[in-house]
Amino acid sequence: MMDNVTHTHEGPDPHAPRPDHDDTLTHHKRLEIAVRELLIEKGILTADEIREAVERMDARGPHLGAKLVAKAWVDPAFKARLVENGSAAAEEAGVQMDQPTRLIVVENTPQVHNLVVCTLCSCYPRMVLGIPPDWYKSRAYRSRAVHEPRAVLAEFGTRLSDDVTVRVHDSTADMRYLVLPMRPAGTDDFDEAKLAALVTRDSMIGVTTL
Amino acid sequence: MTPRFAVGAPVNVRRGNPPGHIRTPYYIRGKSGTVERICGEFRNPEELAYGRSGEPKQVLYRVRFNQKDIWPGYKGPAKDTIDVELYEHWLEPVR
Repeated sequence: MMDNVTHTHEGPDPHAPRPDHDDTLTHHKRLEIAVRELLIEKGILTADEIREAVERMDARGPHLGAKLVAKAWVDPAFKARLVENGSAAAEEAGVQMDQPTRLIVVENTPQVHNLVVCTLCSCYPRMVLGIPPDWYKSRAYRSRAVHEPRAVLAEFGTRLSDDVTVRVHDSTADMRYLVLPMRPAGTDDFDEAKLAALVTRDSMIGVTTL
Repeated sequence: MTPRFAVGAPVNVRRGNPPGHIRTPYYIRGKSGTVERICGEFRNPEELAYGRSGEPKQVLYRVRFNQKDIWPGYKGPAKDTIDVELYEHWLEPVR
């Protein structure tokens, strides 16, 4: 242990700067730069259009899914439309479906708990949740979520009794999935904005409840 | 394109193992389930992945399987399920 009095910078520097990892021009970085520059040079896209597209993607996040969940909690007719046709109901609520994939909303009930995974890669409902967490893309989650979902849920602190059916959804193709969690007790007097603030990303993937 | 299978129909997943960009997970090949819903028609990703048109479009289904039928050692209640999206050419009727 070093205390402040004896702390000197003789010997190995305890505060030596760590090497940067942002200076390697990998194959894919090089490819991205080449394609981007060619698109601009050939007048197919402008630098501003590319920047705007990146900003649009970055602006998506769990707040969009949370808005849909909260609206579904306060408006049963909207909830019915959301479960019937996720993409159309999301558009109706002002959430842009800017991808060719379609949104399916699966509802948790006291009898059924839903869990979303993509075993083949990392398909994720980016239009309503933004960029996936790293664990969602890990091989461990992708394989275990399908063959031992209850053990995975327990590791997230979600212990379900055997009375509850666990439904796993493997996003293997053109559908994307959003879990509609159950509304927490004691929130009867909450308005939509206050409810939306309760809704976490993980609860909409289905690894946790609220 | 008229879907070959109706919602609720029992189906088998083909056991094929072709090379290429296949969206049918290995673990579900050869298994039996029930059509949960018909998702619509989509361009075939097995063709799209190689720069082809993906036409004709394929009907995409969501098929529901019982976990106990998929994993021999599944630890959990018999009613637990797994839903997988599968293109029509991967499905066969149960005889």
